[in-house]
Parts: sequence; structure tokens; C-alpha cells
Amino acid sequence: MDDLGIRLGVQELIGACTDCIDEDRLEEWPMLFTDPCKYLIISRANHAAGLRQGVMYAASRGMLLDRVMALRRANIYEPHHYRHIVGPIRVQRVEGSVAVVHSNFLAARIMHDGITDLFATGRYLDRIDMSGPQYRFSERIVVLDSEKIDTLLVIPL
Amino acid sequence: MSFSGSLSGVTAEPNVQWPSNGLSEVPFRVYTDQAQYDLEQERIFKGPTWNYLCLAVEVAKPGDYVATTVGETAVIVVRDAAGAINAFVNRCAHRGNLLCLQRQGNVREFSCIYHGWTYDLLGQLTGVAFEHGVQRQGGMPAEFRKDEHALPRLRTEELGGLVFGTFDPATPDLQTYLGPDVTRGLLRVMNRPVHLLGRSTQVMPNNWKLYFENVKDTYHASILHLFLTTFRINRLSMPGGIYIDRNGGNHYSYAKLDYAAEDADYKAAKLRADSDVSLHDNSVVESVDEYGDSISVQILTIFPGMVLQQVRNTIAVRVVRPRGVDKTELDWIHLGFDTDDEAMTERRLRQGNLIGAAGYISMEDGCVGGFVQRALHYNDDGSGLVMMGGHEAESQPFRASEAAIRGFWKQYRTLMGA
Repeated sequence: MDDLGIRLGVQELIGACTDCIDEDRLEEWPMLFTDPCKYLIISRANHAAGLRQGVMYAASRGMLLDRVMALRRANIYEPHHYRHIVGPIRVQRVEGSVAVVHSNFLAARIMHDGITDLFATGRYLDRIDMSGPQYRFSERIVVLDSEKIDTLLVIPL
Repeated sequence: MSFSGSLSGVTAEPNVQWPSNGLSEVPFRVYTDQAQYDLEQERIFKGPTWNYLCLAVEVAKPGDYVATTVGETAVIVVRDAAGAINAFVNRCAHRGNLLCLQRQGNVREFSCIYHGWTYDLLGQLTGVAFEHGVQRQGGMPAEFRKDEHALPRLRTEELGGLVFGTFDPATPDLQTYLGPDVTRGLLRVMNRPVHLLGRSTQVMPNNWKLYFENVKDTYHASILHLFLTTFRINRLSMPGGIYIDRNGGNHYSYAKLDYAAEDADYKAAKLRADSDVSLHDNSVVESVDEYGDSISVQILTIFPGMVLQQVRNTIAVRVVRPRGVDKTELDWIHLGFDTDDEAMTERRLRQGNLIGAAGYISMEDGCVGGFVQRALHYNDDGSGLVMMGGHEAESQPFRASEAAIRGFWKQYRTLMGA
């Protein structure tokens, strides 16, 4: 595939991911990942220090599905949603059928009573599998600029 | 004009009235009153208590330091050339500037960026820039003596790889403070050399005591945290209990798990494939009995602000940091053991989904204190009840109890003189 085609495909996948999170179609979110996969939300400080502990981690599509099931059925929290703004999406390199892609994001959190805060900023470090008919994340590391999280994190970023 | 009145609110007498009938009623104003909060900083955090400072491995070599806080007070912890761990306030004796701006590092001495005053690794003032003036003009007066301006020190002790500090010379030694049960509980978990797996901070919109009580509250777990019950994760016959130290403030609760029955249950569940109520991927809870005693959960608290947890194979220190009357920061310090192989590390990381700000069985603790704080806003008359399991603060062989919360208030009231 040519460079432009890759860039469009990557942009489409990242946009689809943001959409299903922000528009509360979370059940679609795990299908954007390969199985197995790696999804990790981790602070910049931990990541830079080579520490592996994040705040949310999945190693399979099943673990992603369980995240969605838990927030629908089990976990208790005040209703809220995010609004993501994803900044320049840049294909760093292509390794065979995998595109290594970096982008920046801001995520505002809108509580059910309307209070809106800047909840998280950071960087997506993606490895995107282009071998199938649909591009999928084989790895998405969400590097949070801050190691502070306000109240709780239940909806994936 | 007098500054001793209630202009700032800081010097006012606390407004908290304690009920006379024991430990099982807690006045709501204790969570909202600024004067109470200010007094806590003096009498509790700077009082005769042991406060978590850092991991011993974070200050492994001479000159290694960690800048942290005890209550709201900034302190420095550093290992000196002789191998001792020292702690002192992070405040230059000259103009009160923060000496250490970085969280962690290695130094030969501490040097204030403002006017260049220097301190050794014991907190002794060793250098004053232009002490004797410039070209014999200026300089410090003849009576100025550097040895009268050391940084106020905390006493430190280390137990199980954890470093603690206390401001008050009258604090008993650490193991006496903890009592034999809590000491045993701490050493059970911290029985091997540890390393840091990572850290994060959860910022909570509530008074620090609401979180510390929550950790001591063995009554709420299966009610507020629905994850385990929703996904029918085996909670068969989990015997357990609570140990509370003589003074009340330190405790640990534990529960046992039939690991073999749980494993058999997963296998059966896979055959049933009733994905409607079971997890797609059980690795988030698949645990091993690494201590060989069937205890799958042990939650230990050290008054006033430290938690040591073993939840299955997740090991973490949580530090409760008051940041104002209605704000608390909770530091999560995730640990692994040096003996862990890759499979064990991966197991800890997957189970890490259970705990922390996004934890399946802990995220609710991040919001419930805020709900209480909101309900108390300009509505803080009266008292709450903590009388599950009686009115005393004694160890109990069951967990449907608020005994450990009563223990907290027992020590709290002793120190606050209430």
C-alpha cells in the first residue's frame, strides 16, 4: 500500500476508536484491536523510567470486552463522557504489515451535571496491524502526561 | 490590630463536639472544619505517629534522596555516607525556601538555590554564602553560629523495606507503635526484597479521613464493589478476621480463599461458556497462593496515613496525603519482589486492573468519599454511626464489622485531646 493509503487507513482507525469511546458505543471498541493485543494506560513518568505498571491494562480482546462489561454492569460511578481531540497523527515507520503511529490527545471529561474539566492529556503510541481487511491496533500505549488522575478512571482513554 | 482572633480561621478553636457515648458516633463536622484540619497537622501528622516516607530501595546508596511530605509538611529523606537514613524538613533555615525541588535524586549535599546555603546529609548547616561578607563588608554578625541552624529532623525507622519517620521524640519505637499483630502482618507481606513496578496518584475530592476509614471498613466491600459478585467470582467460604492494635489506629484485616476450588470453578465456567455473567478472560483474577497460607486479601493500615495491601498477587503501598479539608491525594506504589519471574510479573500487572484509580474493586473508593463530602456541604451537624459489630475497637474473628473504624477514632481522639 502507498504512503497516503496507510495514512488514511491509520487516521480512520484512530478516529473510529475516539468516536466509539466519546459517543458511548464502547461495545465496538474491543473489535478495533487484534487478539491478543496490548492496551496500556500508563503515566509518562513510569513509562520513561521503564516501569511497567499502568492504571489500565489488557493483553487480549477478552480483557477489553471485560472492561466494557464491568463498566456497564458492575462498577459504580457518576455518569460522564469524554471529548477527545487527537492531534497530529504521524506514521513513524512501517515494519512489514505494522504501522508505528504516534499522536497526541486531549480528553475533556463532561460530568452528568455539565461540569467540564480537562481530564487527561497525553500521547498514543500505536502499533497498527494492516494485514487484514480492516486496520486494527495490535498495541496501543496511552502515555498520560500526568501521573495524577482525578477521582477515578473507568472509561478507557 | 490583633491577629489572634478568628480573622484567618486558623487560630479559632475547633468546632467539633464529640458525643459522650463512646466510639460509635462520629460528628460530621470532623470532615469539614478547617480549624480541625489545621490541628490535625500539628497533633497527628507532627505528633507521636509513624508516617510512611519511602521504600528503602529508593534510597539505596549514600546521597540518594526522596522529597516527600508528612501530612502537608515537605520533608527530605536521604541516606548518608555511614548508611543511615535521615529525614528532615525540606525548608532552608535562612528564608524558608524549598531545598529540594526534584522528587528523587542523588546529591553530595543539599544546596539552596536562593542564597546558596548548604546542608550535609544529616541536615546540618555547613555553608552560608558570603558568611564573612564581601571584601570584609557585610556578612553575618559575629554571634551567628551555623550549628544552631540545622534542619529540624524526623526520627526514622525501617521495617520490611519500608521507611517511616516521626516528628515527635516521644513516639515509641515502630514495632511497639504497631503492636505485635500489625508488625506480623506487615512482615508477612514484605518478606522479600521488593522493587517498584510503578506508581500513580488518585486525587480525591474529600477529607483524608473518609478515605482512611474506607480502607478500615470491612463492611462495605461486597456491597459497594460489585465486580466480584457480578461476575460470580468465587467467594466460597472465605474465613477471615480483623486485628486491631491496642491504641486502635493500626489494623489489618484478612480473608482466605480456597484457591483450588476457585481454579476448578474457572474450568467449569469455561465449559458452561455462560459469557453473560462470566469474564471473557480470567487472567485478571487468576492468582497463586504465593505466601502458602491461603490468605488472598490482607489490608493493613498504619495510623495516620499508610496502607499496605495484598489483594491476591497485587502488592501495593498506598499513602493518604491530606491536601486541604476537602482534598486528598492517594499515592499508589505498586511493588514486585526481586524473586519474581516474568510470569509472576505479568500476573501482577494483569491483576493490577483490580486496584488503583481504574481498579475493578477499588475505583468506587475514589468517588464515594466525594459523595459524602458533597452531602456534608453546609449540612454537617449531627453524627454518623459506626456501630456494626459493637461499640468497641477490639480484634474480631469476622469482618461484617466497623471495629477498625472505631479503632481509628480511638487513636484520633486520644491524639486530638477530644
